[in-house]
Amino acid sequence: MDFIIQNVLNALQWGSFYALIALGYTLVYGVLRLINFAHGDIFMVGAYIAFFVSGFLLGPVIGLSPAMAFAVTVPLTMALTSLVGVTLERIAYRPLRRKGAHRLYVVITALMCGLILEYSNLAVLGASRLKFPELIEKQIWHLGGVTLTNLKVLVIATAIVVFLFLQWVVTRTRVGMAMRAISYDKFAIPLMGIPSDNIIVFTFILGSGFAGLAGLLFAMSYPVLEPFMGMLIGWKAFIAAVVGGIGDIKGAFVGGFLLGFIEVGVVTVFPSTYRDLFAFTILLLILWMKPTGLFGMPQSTKI
Amino acid sequence: MKKYSLNVLLVLFAVGLLFAAHYRVIDSYIQIVAMTIGINIMMSTSLNLVNGNMGEFTCGHAAFMCVGAYVSSILSVLCFGSKFGDPLLPAASVVLVFPLILLIGGVVAAVSSLLVSVPSFKTRDDYLAIISIAVNYMIISALENMDFIGGSRGFQGMKDTVWSMIDIFDGPWMLFWVITFTFFTIWVIRRFISSTYGKGVNAICQDEVAAEIMSVNTNKIKIINFMVAAGLAGCAGGLYAHIIGYVNPQSFNILKSTEAMVMVYLGGMGSLSGAVISAILFTCLLEVLRSQAIVDALLSPVTLMFPDWEPSAGVIKWVMIPLLLVIVMQFRPEGIMGNRELSDVFPWLKKFYRFK
Repeated sequence: MDFIIQNVLNALQWGSFYALIALGYTLVYGVLRLINFAHGDIFMVGAYIAFFVSGFLLGPVIGLSPAMAFAVTVPLTMALTSLVGVTLERIAYRPLRRKGAHRLYVVITALMCGLILEYSNLAVLGASRLKFPELIEKQIWHLGGVTLTNLKVLVIATAIVVFLFLQWVVTRTRVGMAMRAISYDKFAIPLMGIPSDNIIVFTFILGSGFAGLAGLLFAMSYPVLEPFMGMLIGWKAFIAAVVGGIGDIKGAFVGGFLLGFIEVGVVTVFPSTYRDLFAFTILLLILWMKPTGLFGMPQSTKI
Repeated sequence: MKKYSLNVLLVLFAVGLLFAAHYRVIDSYIQIVAMTIGINIMMSTSLNLVNGNMGEFTCGHAAFMCVGAYVSSILSVLCFGSKFGDPLLPAASVVLVFPLILLIGGVVAAVSSLLVSVPSFKTRDDYLAIISIAVNYMIISALENMDFIGGSRGFQGMKDTVWSMIDIFDGPWMLFWVITFTFFTIWVIRRFISSTYGKGVNAICQDEVAAEIMSVNTNKIKIINFMVAAGLAGCAGGLYAHIIGYVNPQSFNILKSTEAMVMVYLGGMGSLSGAVISAILFTCLLEVLRSQAIVDALLSPVTLMFPDWEPSAGVIKWVMIPLLLVIVMQFRPEGIMGNRELSDVFPWLKKFYRFK
């Protein structure tokens, strides 16, 4: 029993990371119908930004205590990471959108931007892995046979809070209404007096900001940074978003946790090398049964 | 005879290349580059069938290359290698059997494409993209877990086949096969696209529902199209495996698929000649940027400012190429050729070739 609960907790933690990244994919997709393939690398950039920010705050110039540094690092990382996301949107995606380029060319551009982020990081910082400083003193709680760290609880709680926040933003606020409207009909929106570019920038801020948060939390949980850390986790989160039904906040959240549970479940039963094989096979089967994902709406094609 | 001049020119070029390689006029490095160009042409033109002509968005083309590479490697080791015990076939038959081995690899890859094409009946666009990515990961992961063919350590022993070919006649055999299969690929694709099925493929690209109403059997055409594309990619994989002499599941990961995708979209969706041109350009660019001297010269203003920074060409290459592509996309979002062929851009070219 303890074993099961322990693994459920592990699954929840991994699922939280996937969910946090998948939320960014789904937000951008929901508004622009664009797969932002650079999102996994924005997550990686977020982890690096968190590394440098916290290193600077803990360093001799400022010299904050770790808890204070953590409190400052969170908003700063989110802000800087969303700056990266917005820059990408301004430089790479918006001009293409203006030209009315085919949607797939924007996707390729996104893919290329991801490669640029990865390899320029590798070129500038070198291949040596970085050790993330310990910001929160690790506390381990034993409840029966289950061990629980404060970090795990923090990660899971963050994912849930972010989900509720985004759900509130998208369904209850005026900005969220505008976001849904753009995804519904992007040509009618400017006619209604809604500044669609601002809304898109806002979407990128939200998505990239939470990717940065995920990067920070990931770096705190697994404190080794490398330039390609965002690649596999990004692709997987994207798949999670699609399985949940891309464009839907709830779908991304559920898909992320589903992927986390499948992966941890496979690893507990089979050797860990089978993880990807089983995870992707199950996801493929889900997509086969429900081609638009668990919560996705079937897109009607106009004839 | 005028209308065959381009065909004759191409054949002469291929023969000239083979003779130059045979008499060591071009060294083995140039040969490797030429073979890589051939394989990349096969990859980009075959992916162009799906992503360009049919307008689907799949990003797991390397999976089929992987299947083809493994199947043909295993077959060639079984037939001519000594890794799994005595060779099954006499070494003298290698020249006849080797293309068959490559084709069988292609056929198995074509069958494996059902994993993508059957779900594509119901799904399009981004969902299909995911399915293809998932298939790519699945195939890599499945091969990594098969210990009898080396698992994640990779598989080797295919060079025995190449050597037994060289025993029969000492010549650039792999270059010969790559050239043959490249021409074969382009011929097959050209024939396929100008056939009735090819018209159906274009119809699906324009509007799937309308095509269905116009009595195009969309499911059948999708399966056939995926199979042709995957089969040719499988042949490319078999050639790749025999050139390198070593295959590893991770060399067919999503980056390899990305390379193929980049070539398709750089060349222009649905343009066969565009795919060929972009494959040549892309491979040459990769090779040029491999040289440390050129990268150092390009980055000299930056390294002057930051003397401590020592960029390595292997890394900078992958910053520069995506950057170049992003810039190309900004100024020419439809790729080099758009969806036109070379003969549409230069109509006088039509007089010089008959290519059906």
